[in-house]
Amino acid sequence: MIGSSSRALRNVMREEAFYFFTSIGNYTGHSAASLDEFLLKIKDIDMKSLEFHLFREDFEKWIAQTLGDSRLSDDIRSLRIQKVAGNALRDRLYLVISRRLKELKGPVVAR
Amino acid sequence: MKYKSQHATLDDLDRQILRLLQGDAKQTYSEIGNKLNVAHSTVYDRIQKMEQSGFITKYEAMVDTEKMGIPLIMAQMIITTDPKETENIAKKMTMYDQVLEVATSFSEELVITAKVVSKDQAELHSFVARSIAPLLGVLRIRTAIVTKKYKEERFGIKPRKE
Repeated sequence: MIGSSSRALRNVMREEAFYFFTSIGNYTGHSAASLDEFLLKIKDIDMKSLEFHLFREDFEKWIAQTLGDSRLSDDIRSLRIQKVAGNALRDRLYLVISRRLKELKGPVVAR
Repeated sequence: MKYKSQHATLDDLDRQILRLLQGDAKQTYSEIGNKLNVAHSTVYDRIQKMEQSGFITKYEAMVDTEKMGIPLIMAQMIITTDPKETENIAKKMTMYDQVLEVATSFSEELVITAKVVSKDQAELHSFVARSIAPLLGVLRIRTAIVTKKYKEERFGIKPRKE
């Protein structure tokens, strides 16, 4: 569990970072090398970029394959399936990622 | 015809030969000689010298990939870079097979322009996202996919007007 948390919270190398595009081949100049940085970018990045990547399944793939967090990946996939768009997309992405970050960073509570 | 000086010059006959070769590089020395009213040995001699002096860099076949059933899309990229990294980025880009041309260009700022080919849009995006965007110093990329070509020629050598 600790291993998967630290993997999800780590800083990745620039080759593995997430690069925000607005359409095919059009790079915004913004990237995220960690989940923390990803959350910060979500707040301000061009809406077109959020919708472009959600539709292409890029967010869920990066989070599952690079950060190894299948749970967060599933949460984002559900946003795609629900066809969330516009400001609601930005708000809900921010919500699910910030909530997951709190869980990953918080103390482990014994049941 | 002065080939050895620093600023080597070509005379009208050289230029005429080059122009004919640019139109069809498979022509024989005799065919070129007949068109220019010179001996085939003169044509041979001139071509040899222009090859050795680097005026003729290579002969290549232009292949119709569409006819071969190889679907390719072409894209033009404009990459805005940190000026300190521009040359490094341009050199790294030359190493990719997908990149056909790379140049540094100046408009309001120094940018890299590149012509890129790819199998489809998904592969193009993957290439840009995984290979170009992560290069140190890349600030922004604009990519335009070519939808229709209206002209594609190389610069044609013309006899000098005097």
